[in-house]
Amino acid sequence: MIRRTFIALAAGAASLAFIGHAAAQETIKIGASAPKTGPLAAGATVSHWPNIQLWVSEVNERGGLKVGDQQMKIELVEYDDRTSAETAVQNIQRLATVDNVDFIVTPYSTGLNVATAPLIARYGYPHITTSAITDGVEEFAGRWPNSFWMLGTSKELAEGTAAALKKLMDAGEIGNKVALVHVADAFGLELAGAGKPALEAAGFEIVYEASYPLGTQDVSPIISQAKAAAPDAFVGFSYPGDTFALTEQAQIQGLEVGAFYVGVGTSFPAYAGRFGAVANGILGAGGTNPDDEKIKEYRAKHKEVTGADADYWASAVTYSGLQVLEQAIEAAGTKDREAVVEAIKTGTFDTVMGEVKFENNVNRNLWTVGQWKDGVFYGVAANGIDGAIEPVKKDGWE
Amino acid sequence: MTLDQSEIRIGLLGAIAIAALATLPLFSQGYYLSLGVNLMLYAALCTAWTLFSGPTHYISLATAAFFGLGTYTVGLWVDHVPFFALVLGGGVVAAVLAGLVGLATLRLSGVYFVIFTLGLAELVRQLVSWTQTKVSTRMGLYVFTDFTEMHIYWMLLALTVAVFVTGWLIGRSRLGFAMKIIGNDETVARHVGIDTARAKIILFMISGAFIGIAGAISAPRYAYIEPPSAFNPMISFLVVIMALLGGTKRLWGPLVGVVPFTILFDQVSAQFPNHTPIVMGLAFLAIVYLLPDGVTGRLEQLRARMKRTENAVGEEKVA
Repeated sequence: MIRRTFIALAAGAASLAFIGHAAAQETIKIGASAPKTGPLAAGATVSHWPNIQLWVSEVNERGGLKVGDQQMKIELVEYDDRTSAETAVQNIQRLATVDNVDFIVTPYSTGLNVATAPLIARYGYPHITTSAITDGVEEFAGRWPNSFWMLGTSKELAEGTAAALKKLMDAGEIGNKVALVHVADAFGLELAGAGKPALEAAGFEIVYEASYPLGTQDVSPIISQAKAAAPDAFVGFSYPGDTFALTEQAQIQGLEVGAFYVGVGTSFPAYAGRFGAVANGILGAGGTNPDDEKIKEYRAKHKEVTGADADYWASAVTYSGLQVLEQAIEAAGTKDREAVVEAIKTGTFDTVMGEVKFENNVNRNLWTVGQWKDGVFYGVAANGIDGAIEPVKKDGWE
Repeated sequence: MTLDQSEIRIGLLGAIAIAALATLPLFSQGYYLSLGVNLMLYAALCTAWTLFSGPTHYISLATAAFFGLGTYTVGLWVDHVPFFALVLGGGVVAAVLAGLVGLATLRLSGVYFVIFTLGLAELVRQLVSWTQTKVSTRMGLYVFTDFTEMHIYWMLLALTVAVFVTGWLIGRSRLGFAMKIIGNDETVARHVGIDTARAKIILFMISGAFIGIAGAISAPRYAYIEPPSAFNPMISFLVVIMALLGGTKRLWGPLVGVVPFTILFDQVSAQFPNHTPIVMGLAFLAIVYLLPDGVTGRLEQLRARMKRTENAVGEEKVA
């Protein structure tokens, strides 16, 4: 039985390979390596892979990319990096030297992007990252001139949070006492490191501060201690797992705050799915302008093609990154990587996030904070993008 | 030290094989070199693991702890200390940890040891995270060097050779002799006057040091060092699976596991990117079903069968 299954699988693989080969004329080969398994697979299947699927389907439906005077359909080669740097490096090598792809889609997460960046730079591919968020982006952009950083820095994200809370305080909605917790990894530390001074500069007093290890299952002590400090606002620089857990505990223990902010994962459609009306008024990392026509159209297409809702933060950024690549290839009119890198550096791109232009390879126009309102996550703070709505006070957990 | 005929022959063949392997970067700078690096990494890890676990039959899941310490040693100091000093330093740090762990646990046996080593990697990871949160606001460490895949490949090849030579030297030494007795029957070993705890700790330290060095060499390849990737428990499990697939009775046993496993894993994830876990699961079933004693076990079985056939043929001739 097992042998027969193997033979069937092998035959399937062989025929797939054959079809791939037969269709290899007049196409443009695009490679992608990102987690399909491992710790980051959950995030990648929400924000990363569906956008690649959507983009390839959109472009091919239009007849392909216009390269010079030719229309080229996209042929996608995808690999799972198992959330491991060794495998990611090997995948990039395979894409570059065995599959000989014309272009490479960014890997997923800060770590995997930094691990693969030297190789991608060596092969000269444009590397438009859409899921790396770290204060190192300026340094990286200098180190690898072919790399572009679209998701901004931790500092910007943390400062956006402080700005959104300050708006609420200035409006007299909340007092100045903040409980600040963060996950103890690079992301949480950078955000807390930038967020603390930003909050203090905005006139907040930090009445409780704690960190917890990555992968913590039980966050009830954190919430109960935060509650004991009687804060007016709660800020958690968290990852999807703990974002859900912190919210759940705050709800169970009835944490009375006028502003409740949690990190990555707040913008996932599953978050509203899980908490329903309770999510109303919750602040989180990311944001978008759901009333914008382009975003509306993008979200509808995303749902139609991939069968899932886009998240309200990295999804649109990821798709925009692919649009930048697409428009740069068409502008350069060639598959030549160097010419395309140059086109990205100097061009202005029309994306679902609005106009994108790189300043020294870094995108500065970003959403930083969003807020749930009747099942939709509205941007309430952004840099260089219009359409933010005013944040409102969180009204209980009922 | 005197070498007999067959040892000289094996040594010469080994030298030729090493020389041939060292030329890989001349043929491929791309994917095959990358695959070669991964193969060489696991060859070094599995062989180092077998140094200890082969003769003692203690299944250690602490590989990730030693590996991560080596990686972190480089990550923390790469801007201040020469890289090669750090590689040795990674080995020393890992050996010290192995020594401490050995003192505490090698008097235990069987399942207690397995559980402890499984927890050890997690414990070290949490300690590193905790220390980092307390002393800095940045968790990720960047290791930027001028090394390319080619250099890492050569370093790992040299490490693998060093592990083999060490294993061979141990086999000839009093320690190796003691380990053979311990492996067969620990009570007997104690009765004939062998300090079993000391012997096991020394061997565990040697094995840990090599794994730490492998971690240190890999650091430039990760470039971005953070606890979850450096102390990834998958490393511990893959090493055990590959070593057992190959067989741990002989020093070269793990190699026979590493090569097919790495290539199979790689092919499966390339051909079925969306169904890797399912296909790998089927492959595991097939391996357990077809190769219960590992590849070396099967090879020895085949050799025995061939001998029997030869004998049978011989007898017929006589008759």
